[in-house]
Amino acid sequence: MITKRIIPCLDVKEGRVVKGVQFVELRDAGDPVELAKFYDEEGADELVFLDISASHEGRKTMVHVVEEVASQLAIPFTVGGGINSLADMKRILRAGADKVSLNTAAVLNPELITEGADFFGTQCMVVAIDAKYDEELGSWRVYTHGGRQATEWEVIAWAKEAVKRGAGEILLTSMDRDGEKSGFDVPLTKAVSEAVTVPVIASGGAGNGQHFVDAYIEGKADAALAASIFHYKETSVKEIKNDIRKQGVEVR
Amino acid sequence: MIGIIDYGMGNLYSVSKALERLNYEYFISEDTTELKKAKGYILPGVGAFKDAMDQLHKTGLARFIQEEAANGKPLLGICLGMQLLFEESDENGLTKGLGLLKGRVERIPGVTNTGETYKVPHMGWNSLTFHHSSPLLEGVDNGHVYFVHSYYVNTSDQDAVLATSSYDVQVPAVVGRNNVFGTQFHPEKSSSLGMSMLQNYANFVEERG
Repeated sequence: MITKRIIPCLDVKEGRVVKGVQFVELRDAGDPVELAKFYDEEGADELVFLDISASHEGRKTMVHVVEEVASQLAIPFTVGGGINSLADMKRILRAGADKVSLNTAAVLNPELITEGADFFGTQCMVVAIDAKYDEELGSWRVYTHGGRQATEWEVIAWAKEAVKRGAGEILLTSMDRDGEKSGFDVPLTKAVSEAVTVPVIASGGAGNGQHFVDAYIEGKADAALAASIFHYKETSVKEIKNDIRKQGVEVR
Repeated sequence: MIGIIDYGMGNLYSVSKALERLNYEYFISEDTTELKKAKGYILPGVGAFKDAMDQLHKTGLARFIQEEAANGKPLLGICLGMQLLFEESDENGLTKGLGLLKGRVERIPGVTNTGETYKVPHMGWNSLTFHHSSPLLEGVDNGHVYFVHSYYVNTSDQDAVLATSSYDVQVPAVVGRNNVFGTQFHPEKSSSLGMSMLQNYANFVEERG
């Protein structure tokens, strides 16, 4: 049977992981490759690297990080952040990443999803959606620019559109739950997961094992992503897996 | 030395990185004269079956692969590369494959017998069930491997199906006959289990190539 995936997310700035500062036992706390290896050994099923570099130099550094990670790791990984063109995708995928994740760029230029899918296949194309509940809309609204800008898109409509254009997977972040550790947004996850034919990664709000179980079972998520609970050693991938295995969720 | 066959489709980088991790020599080429120097081949591939076969024909690689396989040179197809080893595929209209193994490539239905729908592509980690022994599977433990695909091989040649995974349908995950092998999953992305299969293939190439 196919297993549910757990995906740690690493924020990388100018070639260094910025949230990983509490990994005291690692020699180089902020080194993306060291952290990637650590998560791999812990049983992470996949990794996401989010490039939050502000400078052009930082972006160039990211390509080297991707090369390093690819040469040392035998699990799939996705790179997102600052990917605005087919040329950007080529750079990242040729460096050894398995998938690229588009967020703002996909909303501004949906054709980019199709271009990437035509060139590399839909399995390489992840569309990341930042979602926030909107009273007026009576549903969730899509936000771009790191959650700073509201768009006209309703989340489910945009998710469907993204898949139609060639997205092979949806990375769905609840802005309402992000950093709250109160659990994933189950209704949001469920709504999107039921609306599209491709796998959905739940993100935002992970606090404990039960939250993962809820995202998988009720939310029908195929995978769940977390950052801070892993980085700050509040729990580990291994612990979460042991936890949810007991509740009948199949994991690797 | 392994020649990775480059026909302009898909991600050659992750396969080459994996061989680097194994410290096994390889080169990437589209040129048949160059490729012929290799002791064995890897045929990678992502994307559509028809596009891939068109490319293989256009470059003369289709015939080259068929001849080399008939000469006993080891060949490993990965993901779409494995599907190309079979007779035909119904992805985007019927397309003939390389015909090195018996079977037909079909879309994963996405609906169970009882009418329940499920996601296609089959993406993520799934467990393997082994059916026959093979040099490729020597010393490989039970465990999970990483899949990303929407089509699967339907074959009556059960002897060639070395391992399967269950995703509503029985997905042939490892196939092989004589010197021709394929994995539907990505061994280069399947952690230690996948790496041990690649190591086995490299050993096979050394012995037989």
